[in-house]
Amino acid sequence: MNPDSETEMLKGFAEQEYKYGFVTDIESDTLPPGLNEDVIKFISNKKGEPKWLTDWRLKAYKIWLKMKEPHWANVEYPPIDYQAISYFSAPKNAADGPKSLDEVDPELIKTYNKLGIPLQEQEILAGVAVDAVFDSMSIATTFKDRLAEKGVIFCSFSEAVKEHPELIKKYMGSVVPQSDNFFAALNSAVFTDGSFCYIPPNTKCPMELSTYFRINEPNTGQFERTLIVADKGSHVSYLEGCTAPKRDENQLHAAVVELVALDDAVIKYSTVQNWYPGDKNGKGGIYNFVTKRGACRGKSSKITWTQVETGSAITWKYPSCILQGDNSTGEFYSVALSALKQQADTGTKMIHLGKNTKSTIISKGISAARGQNTYRGQVMIKKSAEGARNYSQCDSLLIGNKCGAHTFPYLDVRNTKSHIEHEASTSKIGEDQMFYCKQRGISEEDAINLIVNGFCKEVFRELPMEFAVEAQRLLEVSLEGSVG
Amino acid sequence: MLKIENLHVSIGGNQILKGINLEVKAGETHAIMGPNGSGKSTLAQVLAGHEEYEITDGKIEYLSKDLLGMDIEERACEGIFLAFQYPVELPGVNNTYFLKSALNAQRKYRGEKEMDAMEFIDLIGDKIKLLNLKDSLLKRPVNEGFSGGEKKRNEIFQMAVLEPKLALLDETDSGLDIDALRVVANGINSMRKEDNAIIIVTHYQRLLNYIVPDFVHVLVDGKIINSGDKNLALELEEKGYDRIVEEAKA
Repeated sequence: MNPDSETEMLKGFAEQEYKYGFVTDIESDTLPPGLNEDVIKFISNKKGEPKWLTDWRLKAYKIWLKMKEPHWANVEYPPIDYQAISYFSAPKNAADGPKSLDEVDPELIKTYNKLGIPLQEQEILAGVAVDAVFDSMSIATTFKDRLAEKGVIFCSFSEAVKEHPELIKKYMGSVVPQSDNFFAALNSAVFTDGSFCYIPPNTKCPMELSTYFRINEPNTGQFERTLIVADKGSHVSYLEGCTAPKRDENQLHAAVVELVALDDAVIKYSTVQNWYPGDKNGKGGIYNFVTKRGACRGKSSKITWTQVETGSAITWKYPSCILQGDNSTGEFYSVALSALKQQADTGTKMIHLGKNTKSTIISKGISAARGQNTYRGQVMIKKSAEGARNYSQCDSLLIGNKCGAHTFPYLDVRNTKSHIEHEASTSKIGEDQMFYCKQRGISEEDAINLIVNGFCKEVFRELPMEFAVEAQRLLEVSLEGSVG
Repeated sequence: MLKIENLHVSIGGNQILKGINLEVKAGETHAIMGPNGSGKSTLAQVLAGHEEYEITDGKIEYLSKDLLGMDIEERACEGIFLAFQYPVELPGVNNTYFLKSALNAQRKYRGEKEMDAMEFIDLIGDKIKLLNLKDSLLKRPVNEGFSGGEKKRNEIFQMAVLEPKLALLDETDSGLDIDALRVVANGINSMRKEDNAIIIVTHYQRLLNYIVPDFVHVLVDGKIINSGDKNLALELEEKGYDRIVEEAKA
């Protein structure tokens, strides 16, 4: 591709618009910046938590103090001042936890409507229950009653601590322990809210569950925790969406997601991540440092992670599966887009412990403008995992000549009766492809969308219908103006 | 339909075309023949609007419009179709979907209603038979994993669906075995009409046995040195380019 026409073609990346960058003007209870034991006690107290949980947080904090921020990822950013972040912010009159929709501040309802997430149940996309998390607080959960009829528990994490302490005690930290990594330890100390979901044995959750995360206050971090437990023979599909206002400062998002699948249970976890990516020079945007892990604890259980990552200034995220139960299956399908000056270091870990465990990894990285995209994946087959199989495919697509794609696959096989396949490719949207499409009458923008969508098809196929459409649109918007 | 006057084209400072004059009327089929590196493919690419080439002099009038002022996709929508010498692969992009997108882009340009999937499938039914295309080819990504012959056949299939006014066939016969050549030629012949025109760029006379041109032009070193009817192609085949060049000089 000749450099001039390429610059021309990519010029527009700078002007792409982030649609969700507005700020909601609402009175908030926000802690002053800073982190110490008192702050943690304040958060715990504010949420009316039992002593065991306060102690659990303090233990995590002590572990965190001894840890160092990891820097092995292929991303660059100035040091984060953890004392400059506020660790708690909640809309004022929601501070006592979620109530019925009628009591939710109309400003918040408006915010979610604007985001395309109507909380009014009757208006909602049929079959999706939503837990809306605004800064540190879950403000509403819809369809709770209908879910309860089936015995499905779907509520905010804070509520679950009060209503279902035995489940929380049993499963929280059982997949991602407090000491797992720097950001998980930090989250364990200061986590504020998130979603909890429990599917009873032999139950198919009657609708898609979803959590919508929104960061609003400046200088706050969002530290949510999600825990999903699928009991024996149950089935659940869960969606996660995220946005944040446009701000010049970077904001930290350090979440923990834990999934537990017991015998024959199936969990499908889909994410469309669209945090504010910052501007073309890398100013502002969310640091998305997230620990997501699922444990296939029971035999023949299955966990599928599907993610479409288009936002955030930096993404550091490796949704993983621990395949403990015999014949269990882990899947990871990912599309990660780095445009503007975004950096993404993302991938997965598949840890095979049980016999005949199976894992599939399909990763599609798209780099445009000055974006840097890294796939980092680990497949570990332990001695006990006889007959384990893994298939990995990592493809990278480059748009322009100032971006980069990197692939770091780690394979660790301790078992001779297992089978591993790895395929990788890197391609570039070539001028010849553009010429071919245009010669048939297709505009440059449509041609790029056509090629990018073709590239991502294997992943989009895994998303629930409405989300697949949204993901496709999101990619189009993110690539909009990529042509001059 | 097409009028090329004194066309000079260069790439990276190298002059490739050095004053081409050519007029093509509706209903005509022209063959452009010439040795390797004579500028045949360049001419086809320039007509389609490839941006790599620099037009240093001359003008091109197409349907009474200034062709050189039009974008690539605008030319396509105005009915110019290039059957590529080396058709490009588009991984993951479904062949049928691609063609439907192309047709709808052109229909939209012309102010016609876009076709839905059902209408489109009806439309392509006959064309598939015409070119004896395998069903599986339609479902696969564009040109990915196609054999050389399948790629060429797919190009002509696209042409049949898009129904261009001016088709440029760049070395369409290369990579085709004799049976495939016949199928492709029959397909092209069935598309020849009073209101459209074809320019065939080719090395060999072979294709012209099946698609009989009204005019044959010999392009050597960026210039048309000889023009005639179909017999010129036979003469070329017999004598070779060198003798024709010498005779032209003499």
